[in-house]
Amino acid sequence: MNHAAQESIRVPIRKDTDLTVVRQQVRALAQRTGFGLVQQTKLVTAASELARNTLLHGGGGAAEIRVVHGQAGAGLSVSFVDSGPGIPDVDLALSDGYSTAGGLGMGLSGSKRLVQEFEIESGPDGGTRVTVTSWADPYSVGHGVR
Amino acid sequence: MTDGATGRARAGAKTVADLLRRRGEQIAQRWADLPFFQAVFTVTRDEAVEACHAVVDSLSAVAESGRVDDLEAPGFQPIREQLIAMTASRARSGLSTAQVDREVGALREAALELLAADAPEEAGEARVQLVTLFATLRVMVVDTMLQENQEIVLRQRQQLLEMATPVIKLWDRLVAVPLIGMLDSARSQVVMENLLEAIVEHKATIVILDITGVSTVDSLVAHHLMKTVASARLMGAECVISGIRPAIAQTIVQLGLDLGPVTTRASLADALEWALERREGRDLPTRGNP
Amino acid sequence: MTSSSTIPVLDLGGLLLVSIQGELPDDAAVSLQKDVTAAVANTGSRGLIIDISALDMVDSFLARVLAEVAASSRLLAARTVLVGMRPAVAITLVELGLSLPGMDTARTVTEAAASFGVTIEQTDRPGRGTS
Repeated sequence: MNHAAQESIRVPIRKDTDLTVVRQQVRALAQRTGFGLVQQTKLVTAASELARNTLLHGGGGAAEIRVVHGQAGAGLSVSFVDSGPGIPDVDLALSDGYSTAGGLGMGLSGSKRLVQEFEIESGPDGGTRVTVTSWADPYSVGHGVR
Repeated sequence: MTDGATGRARAGAKTVADLLRRRGEQIAQRWADLPFFQAVFTVTRDEAVEACHAVVDSLSAVAESGRVDDLEAPGFQPIREQLIAMTASRARSGLSTAQVDREVGALREAALELLAADAPEEAGEARVQLVTLFATLRVMVVDTMLQENQEIVLRQRQQLLEMATPVIKLWDRLVAVPLIGMLDSARSQVVMENLLEAIVEHKATIVILDITGVSTVDSLVAHHLMKTVASARLMGAECVISGIRPAIAQTIVQLGLDLGPVTTRASLADALEWALERREGRDLPTRGNP
Repeated sequence: MTSSSTIPVLDLGGLLLVSIQGELPDDAAVSLQKDVTAAVANTGSRGLIIDISALDMVDSFLARVLAEVAASSRLLAARTVLVGMRPAVAITLVELGLSLPGMDTARTVTEAAASFGVTIEQTDRPGRGTS
């Protein structure tokens, strides 16, 4: 992924109320980048899921939100970084219904379906970086589908 | 290119520029009778001649600058809009890009003949420059047309997406959405969004999704239909899928697709009957029927 | 943070109405869950209407809270109807894999109340969330 970064915001994730800030910042930047309402909502929801993971499983960390430009036009890339224990089995964690924090088990696997690109880096020594990317117009036909 | 060659090329281009300026009127008069101009400017011949002059002047300016093989030469700038309009007009008359290209190619002859008559001793290099200049003009016209075609294709795809879902209000709070053609991912997404917006707009509590006109139902289409039904339900509206032709019913069974809790009916009429019965049973506040 | 949510639970002729206004932090959602369940138990209501037309996003956490409120209310003999979900929110929840099969839904508070046989003198209120 070689998206040239233009605008970038970093939001710390230390407590519950920080999730609200992450959602608001992602929403605001998605609006400015020309996301339609449905695309906005999908990305904000994915960000909310992943930010909560960062808080609950990673022991806190940060979200990095940046505007990217790719072949499909403008988009938003959000990375969730923590220095927690890491994810021992990424494939397992990505399966529907897998839950460790008492959720519905749809956080990680579900967020993957809400975005166009999804990447997890988790080292054996701990620390996780989940990056999701969504395009303003995923069905780009030159003009927006809204 | 050696210095000598560059010098000769420049001199040749200058000869071409001078020729086009001096013989501009004659060239314009001959071009005005050629299809590329005549067929576009049909009201008066003067109009055609004027357009020809604009092209001759522009070519002369390009030759003067020595950039006969450069599409981006500033000399072309004044006639760009005019060429776009002319090629668009020819395309509307049903001409292919190749046919328009041939018409533009025919413009060269008049200039070449006048060059041979006026400057036989310098004709060699000037001829090369003139031929290159007209080749560049042709490339420019073809490029314009391809860009225009591309835009038409994009526009039509967009129109297709938008036309895809008419929403028909059948009764108070009851709408029908007939789906037609192929449902790929992009269209399914648009269909789903339009349908859900229609629920809000029409305060619909029941939606009939008629797939009589859908050419094929594969697992992808079935999946999209089920997601649409589930989303509508979350919003508080019920969906029934109608128009399941026998062949489609067979496909659904053979593919092992499970439409799950989705209500289905064979025809739109059956679905309407179901919807009206359902409406009665819903214990809605009594409201005036339309 | 106190354990009491700032979201009022209204009594509508034997039905309870909860209108969630905008952004809901996790701890507020949890205290809402407690308050609403307590209100259902205290009033002996047969119905609970949760209006989410102001919400521009529902993630799996909030979805779980809503599903649990409905499940506990059911144990207390009350039926829960979720009202006013916006199109974009519905599409997103379904894509997430959360179609909340156990919950009743309605377009408006009026329609939800009507399903309990209660008529509300009020024009349809699809909330602000019409887009």
